Amino acid sequence: MIRKETEISVKNKKEDVLKDLKEFGGTLYDQMDNGSFPWVEMPSRSTENIFYSPDVRQYVLGEKSVKRTSRNIRHLKPFTQMVWAGFFASELVKNRKTSTLRDVYYSAQAYEMTFKDQPESNNILTDLETATGFAREDFNVFPEERSALFGDLTIEYTVPGYEGKQLNMTSHPDGVMIGPSVVSSVFAKAGCDKVIAIEKGGLFTRFIEERVHEKFNALLVLTAGQAPRATRHFLNRLNRELDLPVYIFTDGDPWGMHIAMVIISGSANAAHLRGLTTPDAKWGGVYATDIVDYKLPTDPLTDVDIKRLHELEKDPRYTGELWKREIKTFLKIKKKAEQEAFSRYGLTYIVDEYLPAKLEEMAD
Amino acid sequence: MVTFQEISPADFFYRNRDIAGFTNPSRAIFVSVRELVENSLDSADQMSVPPEVYVRLTEENGITTSNESGNGVYTLKIMDNGSGIAARHIPSAFGQVLFGSNYKLKQARGTFGLGGTMAILYGQITTHKPVLIRSSTGGSKVYEYKMMIDIQRNRPLILDRKTRRNSEKWRGTIVEYSLEGDYYRAMSKILEYLKQTALVTPYADIRFVDPKGRLYMFTRATTKMPPPPTETLAHPYGVDVETLQRLIRITNTRNLLDFMQKHFHRVGKGTSLSFLDFAGFVRTANPQTMKPEDVERLVESIKKFKKFRHFFGKSSEGIIKEALKKTKSQKILEIMEKAFPDVERTIILRLLSSASLVRTKNPKKLRPDEIVRLVRMMKRFDSFLPPDASCLSPLGEDLLKTGILKELKPEFIAVSQRKPSTYAGHPFIIETAIAYGGEIPKKDDITVYRFANKIPLLYDEASDVSVRVIRGINWRRYKVASGMPLAILIHLCSTKVPYKTVGKEFIADRPEVKAEILNGIREVARRLQMFLAKREHVAKEKKRLTVFSKYLPKIARFSTDLAGKSEMPNIELLLKSVSKYDSEGN
Repeated sequence: MIRKETEISVKNKKEDVLKDLKEFGGTLYDQMDNGSFPWVEMPSRSTENIFYSPDVRQYVLGEKSVKRTSRNIRHLKPFTQMVWAGFFASELVKNRKTSTLRDVYYSAQAYEMTFKDQPESNNILTDLETATGFAREDFNVFPEERSALFGDLTIEYTVPGYEGKQLNMTSHPDGVMIGPSVVSSVFAKAGCDKVIAIEKGGLFTRFIEERVHEKFNALLVLTAGQAPRATRHFLNRLNRELDLPVYIFTDGDPWGMHIAMVIISGSANAAHLRGLTTPDAKWGGVYATDIVDYKLPTDPLTDVDIKRLHELEKDPRYTGELWKREIKTFLKIKKKAEQEAFSRYGLTYIVDEYLPAKLEEMAD
Repeated sequence: MVTFQEISPADFFYRNRDIAGFTNPSRAIFVSVRELVENSLDSADQMSVPPEVYVRLTEENGITTSNESGNGVYTLKIMDNGSGIAARHIPSAFGQVLFGSNYKLKQARGTFGLGGTMAILYGQITTHKPVLIRSSTGGSKVYEYKMMIDIQRNRPLILDRKTRRNSEKWRGTIVEYSLEGDYYRAMSKILEYLKQTALVTPYADIRFVDPKGRLYMFTRATTKMPPPPTETLAHPYGVDVETLQRLIRITNTRNLLDFMQKHFHRVGKGTSLSFLDFAGFVRTANPQTMKPEDVERLVESIKKFKKFRHFFGKSSEGIIKEALKKTKSQKILEIMEKAFPDVERTIILRLLSSASLVRTKNPKKLRPDEIVRLVRMMKRFDSFLPPDASCLSPLGEDLLKTGILKELKPEFIAVSQRKPSTYAGHPFIIETAIAYGGEIPKKDDITVYRFANKIPLLYDEASDVSVRVIRGINWRRYKVASGMPLAILIHLCSTKVPYKTVGKEFIADRPEVKAEILNGIREVARRLQMFLAKREHVAKEKKRLTVFSKYLPKIARFSTDLAGKSEMPNIELLLKSVSKYDSEGN
């Protein structure tokens, strides 16, 4: 039953992408055929057009839009690059190939569409995302993989050569990388009832060793720092398609706190995209109050840390009571702690004592 | 014991030939060619005939190209189609220093009649050979003189004289003589001189055969000539004591009032009166000794002329007579000024003058200190009219253009003739031109062509006022970048060119001249700026078209693929609409 639903979702997405790109080309084609310079209108990504929407619980783009027209000589090159990017994306999706941003940069040269540098090429791809409303992962353009997952989830591949093959995510003790084939897979069967996202590789390995997946019936996801967009999208799918609650564990500092926040509410840079956020996900710690309660070994907050905390204070995403309280506490104790700090009470303390307490606290 | 000895002008120049430009063999040969070419051009200009000048330099003693850098003896021959010289003037014209046709106030290339004779004098002192002159004014005869200059006495020494029949009605002058010089060092300057002369005299045919037998032809591009200048009187601002004394010597006027009017440029009766009054040379009648008929004449003058009636009013007769009765003043001018406080002093003076109540001295009776005062006052009086420019012969914008097009073949040219102006009583006109591209060399600095009375100035460029003006301009404002093929031409026409040296090499820094040069250059520079801006625009449009031609087909191709169509959309119209700008730009 699960399999069917997610299959439709994955398949539909591909079809939608192709349909949309075809329409995009068709519009331009007709414009030219009617004797006008092709143009597109898309929402403006300038900072004054990015707003936090409490309804959607993420950043969104406002009403302002920009018109890119090939009549304007300054727009002409980026416009052409964007059309090329659309063409390239459609080729990738049609041929079921994946690519990286770096690949895109080099592939352009085969079409005499040289980009000045990598940022220019990245920017053009963001333009295409904005114009079409799809993420680059939907166009099969992926970043370098670094995040992984482990737990009782069976996926069914859709990538060429593996169609129909299934794999349980406990089959490899190091975890399975969240790459293009995982992201584009269909969820076949899920034995877990929650997702635990972890910032650091060391703790991810510890959780697997301590069989957290079994003890807590959880699917473990390693974000490896700030979660890549593909991983954020994957978390969103786990939450949305499988109805699994998502709990996030990070270091006890403003940066760890923000890793959780980006998974929950997204970033301003991705204001033009949907489906990258998991608004119902919860941050489990390490809280500033945990540092106090568990008497964790700490480091003092640096000036940069404190500056960051003051920034977060003003950030519209940080309106919840929990967030306010933790920022205030951090500023008060002027200390931070890593996830590994629990090891002072023994290697298993975090799994035996801290995790159950936290899960219980969040389940309320 | 010290002895004093009078020296003749020829002797003077013999001893001081450096100041006339004959400083070394290479300079000497250059100056010789230049002086004689200028004489020839002047002489044809005076006849309003398009000049034809033939110049030939040959090495003597059969030594051809023996030593490329050393001195040699050369024969210089110059032939023109100018006015020719009357037989009786030929000996003096070429055998006496400071004898010339130009010692009057009008614009000509030469000024003192000095250059040609100096050249011949130089030839004589370096080779001790006679000069051969052949000339005809177009009459039935051609006169031929072989002569030398008696340097100490400044007199021609005629060695031989021949008369021939002029069956072809030839008119012109041929001068042939020997001189020591160094052609190979002077070559580049001579050729540059001829090229620039051709540029500023586009109506002249100039041919030059150099010692190697190479012929350089500068063919005229037009037969149109600038209108010839007319002679003018001296302007009071430009007069010195010596000039004034000479004028007094020759004048037949009996009083200063007439003297000023007759011998000075743009001085009428009113100006003459106001000036002499200003200078303190006016005496008016003494009322104490005035006869009744003098008073009658005064009253009659007012009645007779409308303008006096207007100024002095109908009841003037009564007022005058009343004033005369009471007064003890000895000056009628004073009384009149009191009686008519609203009337200007000049008007009263004019009235008194017309009633013969004004006296001015006989110029011949002026004391030396009075002469000096008169000259000083002339410079101080600020109501003289500026000199007019009829005595000048600028080239005119058309001829200037023709000359530049002929010699430089530029892509763009702008010329401007400024309105006449004056410095120190000398009228002058500045002509400027700016040319871009063609045969103009690309240099870091702008190429500058300087001319004064149609003479190219080739030496001491850095000291010249034009070059300083050009250096002082912010050329970036005119879109001029270094390395552009750009030439600026400055032509100064004046009855007296403010040279700094006798050698006619560069123009002194006179504020009035400087300001006119600056304005002239700015004017043509603005037009250059527009040209360059347009070029830039056209280049931009071309680039624009290139960019569109590069990208539009790609957009077409990618969107055709995206849309899944088999045929490309028609983008010809779009490209055409872009290239429309381009055709406008051209």
